[in-house]
Amino acid sequence: MDQALQDLGDYIGAAVPRDVIRIEGVCGELVVVARTAAITDVLTFLRSDSNCQFKVLVDICGVDYPQREPRFEVVYNLLSLTQNQRIRVKVMVDEDMPVPTATAVYSAAGWFERETWDLYGIMFSDHPDLRRILTDYGFEGHPLRKDFPLTGRVEVRYDEIQKRVVYDPVQLTQDFRTFDFLSPWEGMNKVLPGDEKAADGDSAPEEGAS
Amino acid sequence: MSEVAIKNMTLNFGPQHPAAHGVLRLVLEMDGEVVERADPHIGLLHRGTEKLIEYKTYLQAIPYFDRLDYVAPMCQEHAFALATEKLLGLEVPERGQYIRVLFSEISRILNHILNLTTYALDVGAMTPLLWGFEERERLMEFYERVSGARLHAAYFRPGGVHQDLPAGLTDDIYEFCDTFPKFIDNLEVLLTDNRIFRQRTVDIGVMSAEEAQDWGMSGPVLRASGVAWDLRKAQPYDVYDRVDFDVPVGKTGDCYARYLVRVAEMRESLRIMRQCLDDMPEGPVITSDHKVTPPRRAEMKQSMEALIHHFKLYTEGYHVPAGETYTAVEAPKGEFAVYLVSDGSNRPYRCKIRAPSFAFMQAMDFLTKGHMLADVAAVIGSLDVVFGEVDR
Repeated sequence: MDQALQDLGDYIGAAVPRDVIRIEGVCGELVVVARTAAITDVLTFLRSDSNCQFKVLVDICGVDYPQREPRFEVVYNLLSLTQNQRIRVKVMVDEDMPVPTATAVYSAAGWFERETWDLYGIMFSDHPDLRRILTDYGFEGHPLRKDFPLTGRVEVRYDEIQKRVVYDPVQLTQDFRTFDFLSPWEGMNKVLPGDEKAADGDSAPEEGAS
Repeated sequence: MSEVAIKNMTLNFGPQHPAAHGVLRLVLEMDGEVVERADPHIGLLHRGTEKLIEYKTYLQAIPYFDRLDYVAPMCQEHAFALATEKLLGLEVPERGQYIRVLFSEISRILNHILNLTTYALDVGAMTPLLWGFEERERLMEFYERVSGARLHAAYFRPGGVHQDLPAGLTDDIYEFCDTFPKFIDNLEVLLTDNRIFRQRTVDIGVMSAEEAQDWGMSGPVLRASGVAWDLRKAQPYDVYDRVDFDVPVGKTGDCYARYLVRVAEMRESLRIMRQCLDDMPEGPVITSDHKVTPPRRAEMKQSMEALIHHFKLYTEGYHVPAGETYTAVEAPKGEFAVYLVSDGSNRPYRCKIRAPSFAFMQAMDFLTKGHMLADVAAVIGSLDVVFGEVDR
């Protein structure tokens, strides 16, 4: 992370200490993890503060980590045209924990939040129009969750008798196959079976597992 | 005379409408011929790209990016390649970087020809389309010669580009650069001062600089509103910091300004292409790190190591270190970005695609409010939306 971004991170941490959980640099990019309830305050600060001026909300998306508690991350990517900087704000949420909407801060948030709701089932409180956006009318489930099957649950066809499109449960003529190509060699110990006796005297030979 | 209350009429625009540029269903609430509210229903072309990518290796994910904005495929691949390279910490050889910039600009011209000419068709001019598609075909020939495919190229790979330019291609691109300005001049003769075209576009769908930022606009739409912002200049990637070009900026922020910005951008793209051809060094086009890129076929006949690498790359793929990045490129339509989360395995954990057209579609309600029904077509055309990337 370069110096300007580091300074910006320190500045934000000092300005809104109670709303920010931690500030870190990931792959040279600035990430701010905020408290869920304070997300609108943090975004408003980032937009209007003269040292930040993150006036463009480029993206909102969810990420699903089923093993974590709480399960979802909502990621806001912001861009400052005057500072020429990017920043990422994250909040952690659960399935039944709503996130305050950012539509009052950025007009662009509306559809991005609808998309996040549609694909992950993350709720946004006070959103003016929280409908599904990408999936079919009457779709059930939230497809980008890790526990949603890749094949989906229903398939559509036109029924000649009923003269309309009908939904059936997915029937695959061939079982859905996922191949786990992960190399068996990579998880192995560097010491081959039998070599541990030799390792006492001299170092075990390093086997290159390509 | 007694007052009569008239109920607003709801009008379905699409999903199959020639001026909708794809499968867009627009539910318009009309007061007479004036639009009160526009509610775009998108998702009719949703293919679950992001979900599919989570089940594919990094290399297998590349072709999905061609199918997002199919008008300028290589710019999408560029974003994904850059994001993967960032996570891998990979250096691209200089020649590879020049080729990528060259083909990004070819993609930009491809996109702008299609947009400007179909936009003209939407507002009543047919000839530009017929002329423009002839030029597009020449550009797609370059695509074909370099990658084997006219549209879905899968040419930019993490680490560089798949193959070097075939013999004679640079001469033909040079020739294109010399003859194409004539086409732009002819296009401008037809449209720029055309009275009908101006009546249809001037002061339609106006957006101020603040509004454009608030609605998350980017690319030519943002620049037409008077914001001099171009990622190629502001946050240069590959060799954009070594080429000399100007960023055209509009003044009025209406449909006409967006048209003018795109025309000027085509000329700038030609400048960049010429410089790339002049400055391109000799050398490899893709990194020689065979943990990421496949070995040459000839090498595999002799070397056991090369054969193993080839086998591993096309079954397991390569592992990307855990991390996350938001990497954006200046695609012809605007800021196209990939938010890539890796968990250290051979498949992306999450790949969010940020498409510029998605934000444009959202602003439809704002832009068309109070305009006539006929202006809706002009606004859609000037925003330059492609549903492959809106719906993903």
